[in-house]
Amino acid sequence: MTLSPSRRLLVLAVAVLLLGGLAATLVLRSASRDDKPSAGGPTVTAGTVTLDRPGSLTFLNGGQGPHRGALASVPADAPDSERTASELDCRRFYAAAGTGVCLRSTPGALAQDNTALIVDSELRTLRSFPLAGTPSRARVSPSGRFAAWTVFVSGESYGAAFFSTRTAIVDTRTWKLEANLEEFAIDMDGRQHRAQDVNFWGVTFSKDDDTFYATVSTGGETHLVKGSISGRSVKTLAKNVECPSLSPDETRIAYKKRVRAGASLWREHVMDLGTLREHALAEKRSVDDQAAWLDDRTLAYGLPTDGAADSTDLWTVQADGGGAPRLLAPGASSPALLR
Amino acid sequence: MYLADRSAPAPEGAKTAPDRGPVRAPAVASTVLALGAVSMITDISSEMVTAVLPLYLIAGLGLSPLGFGALDGVYNGVSALVQLTGGHLADRVRNHKLIAGIGYGLSALCKPLLLFAHSLGPISVILTLERTGKGLRTAPRDALISLSTPPELQGRAFGVHRAMDTTGALLGPLAAFLILSLTVDGYDAVFGVSACVAVLGVVVLMLFVPSGVDPVPTPPAASAKAASAKATPAKAVAAKATPAKATAATARDADRPAPVRLRDALGLLRLPRLRNLAICAVLLGLTTVSDAFVYLLLQRRTGIGDQWFPLMPLGTAAVFLLLAVPAGALADRIGRRTVFLTGHALLLAGYALLLWAPAWPALPFLVLALHGMFYAATDGVLPAAVAATVPGELRATGMALVGTGQALARFGCSLAFGAAWTLWGTGPALAAAAAGLLCCAAVAGFVLRPSAPQDTR
Repeated sequence: MTLSPSRRLLVLAVAVLLLGGLAATLVLRSASRDDKPSAGGPTVTAGTVTLDRPGSLTFLNGGQGPHRGALASVPADAPDSERTASELDCRRFYAAAGTGVCLRSTPGALAQDNTALIVDSELRTLRSFPLAGTPSRARVSPSGRFAAWTVFVSGESYGAAFFSTRTAIVDTRTWKLEANLEEFAIDMDGRQHRAQDVNFWGVTFSKDDDTFYATVSTGGETHLVKGSISGRSVKTLAKNVECPSLSPDETRIAYKKRVRAGASLWREHVMDLGTLREHALAEKRSVDDQAAWLDDRTLAYGLPTDGAADSTDLWTVQADGGGAPRLLAPGASSPALLR
Repeated sequence: MYLADRSAPAPEGAKTAPDRGPVRAPAVASTVLALGAVSMITDISSEMVTAVLPLYLIAGLGLSPLGFGALDGVYNGVSALVQLTGGHLADRVRNHKLIAGIGYGLSALCKPLLLFAHSLGPISVILTLERTGKGLRTAPRDALISLSTPPELQGRAFGVHRAMDTTGALLGPLAAFLILSLTVDGYDAVFGVSACVAVLGVVVLMLFVPSGVDPVPTPPAASAKAASAKATPAKAVAAKATPAKATAATARDADRPAPVRLRDALGLLRLPRLRNLAICAVLLGLTTVSDAFVYLLLQRRTGIGDQWFPLMPLGTAAVFLLLAVPAGALADRIGRRTVFLTGHALLLAGYALLLWAPAWPALPFLVLALHGMFYAATDGVLPAAVAATVPGELRATGMALVGTGQALARFGCSLAFGAAWTLWGTGPALAAAAAGLLCCAAVAGFVLRPSAPQDTR
């Protein structure tokens, strides 16, 4: 460039002003979003959410405006009605029988500050556990005794080949923490499997307060495992199964199945645990979520909102493979039906 | 730190170049400062995105760990191979600034696009393009740094650049988290501001970085010709071929008025000094365990709390930032080989601590300090050494050859280390890496020995 030094500084100053102004506008616009609910969006009011009220559907409110990110509830039979928002903000949430697990992520000074909170039915924090990474999956056992969570551990920039998860289970009665399920013994097709590339995620619990199911990835494959908390062990059942979710009657699991090798494309399936036979659901879009059973016939899951980044909607679909997907709640994630 | 003490006799701005007596040279060329500023601004921009991306994708969009993991592996080859292309293109069109600018521009363009992508496929494409931009710009940028700096100050120049670059990497997450705390789920604001910052980086590049192949530090044989290359295009072509002949290319190439060809790039490998450096970079790269593994091992070894895990890379970066300039200056003073090998010895000491040290409370700090010192003593020193071996006309290509070799070797090491970790467990895998590193460092010490042809110093 053949500009004189003073011209260059002038151009630089103009560029700094223009770009700085644009950047400031973007930040201010995004900061004021708090106050303005989007037109036509769901109505949300502050109120009391409790976790021991059967027939409520809880989820994280994702609608624009106040209470974005807050745990909210609606009557399960009227999901369109006004949302009651609590003061609990989470990235991922699940609740059962009066126990909730809230994975939270707040901006820290130097890095993201991630915490798992175990809350009682009044949403009071009973314990909190620091997390090594970004919140991903959360579950509570049907009895409310056990809670599990998965975080994604990123050690470096996204340019590096590195992938690691941590999955933990805590006993809310004794507060005994299994901080890393990778320490559990793995029985793979009848043989003891020891490998360091093992990653666990997506726990789902049975009613017996010992049995759980989860995803284990090793050697480039994902497996469905059935585990025992007291036995500190898991056993593989099937391949290409991710983010399992056990049906209330405990005969089936819903899960996402990678439908094209190497591609990030998943379809929600249901497998009969007795026969290990599976069938695809009517949802044809790629579902990347741990689905939740609303009852023995219906599944709920999040999908990215059409045309809007950083927002998901909740959808439902029949578990038998019939019917068609239906919108349950726009601008919402982490569904849990309180029983 | 002893590195700082040793360089104390030649404080910042010293007008004395080692071995050459007093010269009127600024401590660092303005081009280097400009490129350092560009890198710093660009790193602020890209690290802003890096810092919030897992949260955006996993917590915001609900992506599963494997979904994000799939993203994570996409770009390994991309950046390394594109680097070779970028280096060669820059020499070919004889405009390093142009190719670097395209690289910076491409990365800048990708950031606002992130606002519109909210599924894995498009996001993968955007991030791959972003990495392509990074690959394109790396070699021409390093070539510009070396071409604007006299041979005896290369280490310091690269040290200054790497320190500025790392400053940006540390500031980026701070900026991102500040924006997130000011806004409500302000990922769009983070991506938007990141794009503005990236554009500012391109503006600074366009305004303050000269474009041409500057003849200053080319090896004596080539520099006169290179100087004339600026005068007329016809002579430039002739000058182009001459160093190729002087170095390695065949006579028929010299007689043909031709631009830089691929075969010139390969011919570079017949330069013994560059070949030796490339061999050492690859050998040592093959035994350098990737950062993420080091942090994982450190956490397993010390059992430090999960909440500290994300801070470990910052520890390494902080030490790197503090020591990059003194280490570079020290390399200019006592020899790049010595500093480069010392850096690997420090890394080896870090591995040894991870393997055998008792559980001192200070262990994590020591390991991170050694890890940062390793980067300070090697990351800028290697290109400084490469600069001394490659004629100016092929500088970017030479940088890219070594850079690509090192990157691919490190990627290979990641794969091998992962496999060894699986087969043997943590301790034996790291012990094997340490043994490998020791052997490779010994080989490097021999190959780069002062009696062998290497630095111009």
